[in-house]
Amino acid sequence: MTMMPRTITTDEPLLAVSGLTKRYGARIGCADVSFDLYPGEVLGIVGESGSGKSTLLSCLSGHLRPDFGRITYDARDVLAMGETERRRLGRTDWAYVHQNPRDGLRMGVSAGGNVGERLMAIGARHYGDIRDKAADWLGRVEIAADRIDDRPTAFSGGMQQRLQIARNLVTSPRLVFMDEPTGGLDVSVQARLLDLLRGLVRDLGLSVIIVTHDLAVVRLLAHRLMVMKGGRVVEQGLTDQVLDDPQHAYTQLLVSSVLQV
Amino acid sequence: MTDQAYNFAYLDEQTKRMIRRAILKGIAVPGYQVPFASREMPMPYGWGTGGVQVTSACLVPEDRLKVIDQGADDTTNAVSIRKFFQRTAGVAVTEATAEATVIQTRHRIPETPLHEGQILVYQVPIPEPLRFLEPRETETRKMHELEEYGLMHVKLYEDIARHGTIATSYAYPVKVEGRYVMDPSPIPKFDNPKLGQNPAIQLFGAGREQRIYALPPFTEVVSLDFDDHPFEPSKAPHDCDLCGARDSYLDEVITDDRGGRMFVCSDTDFCAGRQADGHRGRLSAVEAVQ
Ligand SMILES: [Zn+2]
Repeated sequence: MTMMPRTITTDEPLLAVSGLTKRYGARIGCADVSFDLYPGEVLGIVGESGSGKSTLLSCLSGHLRPDFGRITYDARDVLAMGETERRRLGRTDWAYVHQNPRDGLRMGVSAGGNVGERLMAIGARHYGDIRDKAADWLGRVEIAADRIDDRPTAFSGGMQQRLQIARNLVTSPRLVFMDEPTGGLDVSVQARLLDLLRGLVRDLGLSVIIVTHDLAVVRLLAHRLMVMKGGRVVEQGLTDQVLDDPQHAYTQLLVSSVLQV
Repeated sequence: MTDQAYNFAYLDEQTKRMIRRAILKGIAVPGYQVPFASREMPMPYGWGTGGVQVTSACLVPEDRLKVIDQGADDTTNAVSIRKFFQRTAGVAVTEATAEATVIQTRHRIPETPLHEGQILVYQVPIPEPLRFLEPRETETRKMHELEEYGLMHVKLYEDIARHGTIATSYAYPVKVEGRYVMDPSPIPKFDNPKLGQNPAIQLFGAGREQRIYALPPFTEVVSLDFDDHPFEPSKAPHDCDLCGARDSYLDEVITDDRGGRMFVCSDTDFCAGRQADGHRGRLSAVEAVQ
């Protein structure tokens, strides 16, 4: 399987992270994590549960405040931002796709309303335009136009996840955080979702940080890979390199266990 | 006669001071929901205990009180609240909007324009306009703080998607002075235009939810809408069958068991005043015969 081509490259990283550390009392959540993410680049973060990958994602996306370290987004110091500015970033430039679509959707609101919410949150006030954009995005995630007024409760798990993706991408964010986006779905549904994600990421030139325990997902989506264990990054590099020629003993174990499956 | 078992207007002075502080804060920050320690009142919550506590904190012996429920002075709810204050405060009462200094209301704004010096007190069941889509109070408070009001328009979007038009006809959300989104209590949206630039002080009391908010005189109040679905303060397309008014909010009244019905002003004082002035409606003669 071939790696995705990186669509855009510039000299300046979109997101620069250095020395990021989060402790829960004496226990380490994640420790001394540093990396740069460039525009159009997809970074996969893999590890078992308890490896610190979820803590790291929460710190990066602003859901959790790290104890130490620095996060710079588009030359702005994220940790020094006020809450208003950070939340504004969270519904414009950034997006977050939850593992469970119920956490990322409003289950009592129609599909069109779910997609339109971010538009309305940033000031869209023309019903017809909002609806047109919502319909366009439903099409892009392969949801039939006549489902626009249905609530997500009437959708299958795969459809719900695609709706969550449309809801997130409608405002053209530049950075998307994904937490196990294919987790909990049937294998055939997973494959279709991965294909869709791959196409969207490529077409929109998105920068993505994707956390998963599934090496097949990062093999297909991620340009670069970070392997975490016990809260620390034990290995990082180009995805194919890390997976085909793992250097760290833990990565070797991870890769071989997948190969045996 | 005042019942001497109670302090003036029932609540003790310390409680009234606490409520007045909340009211003043509400007036200083129009549309902002101020928490207050709601007291047990000798009536059930659904009967407007929030409004009663606000009225109690506002009343002085010289006041003339009017109480309406859905525009009417003579419903059980209005009568019992009026009696409550007659007994505990000994204040004068009136049904005439123009003569009242304090008006407590449930679900209406009087038709007769209010004037400077008057206080209109609303009974509020649910003060939080974001509640129906975001039940977490920590989150709605944050949304107000950061002016994240996209969700209000999601509600209106859903209305149009389902009904082809903004179907919300009561408790229609407004934005106050370009800042706070506010629930005007379950008044018909027909009344919304009276909220803004009103010379009277408007106070909102929610007893069970323990919130007070306010509109000081001449506040800018805008009903939320979409560019292509503008706000419309609609009413039944009829004239009042008793006084002929074409521009007042109407109640539909079933007159017999054979499908007979009539439309009458929900504001009983306004309608009676017009009839006293000689205005007549479609069914006035019938009424006279009865
Ligand atoms: Zn009338």
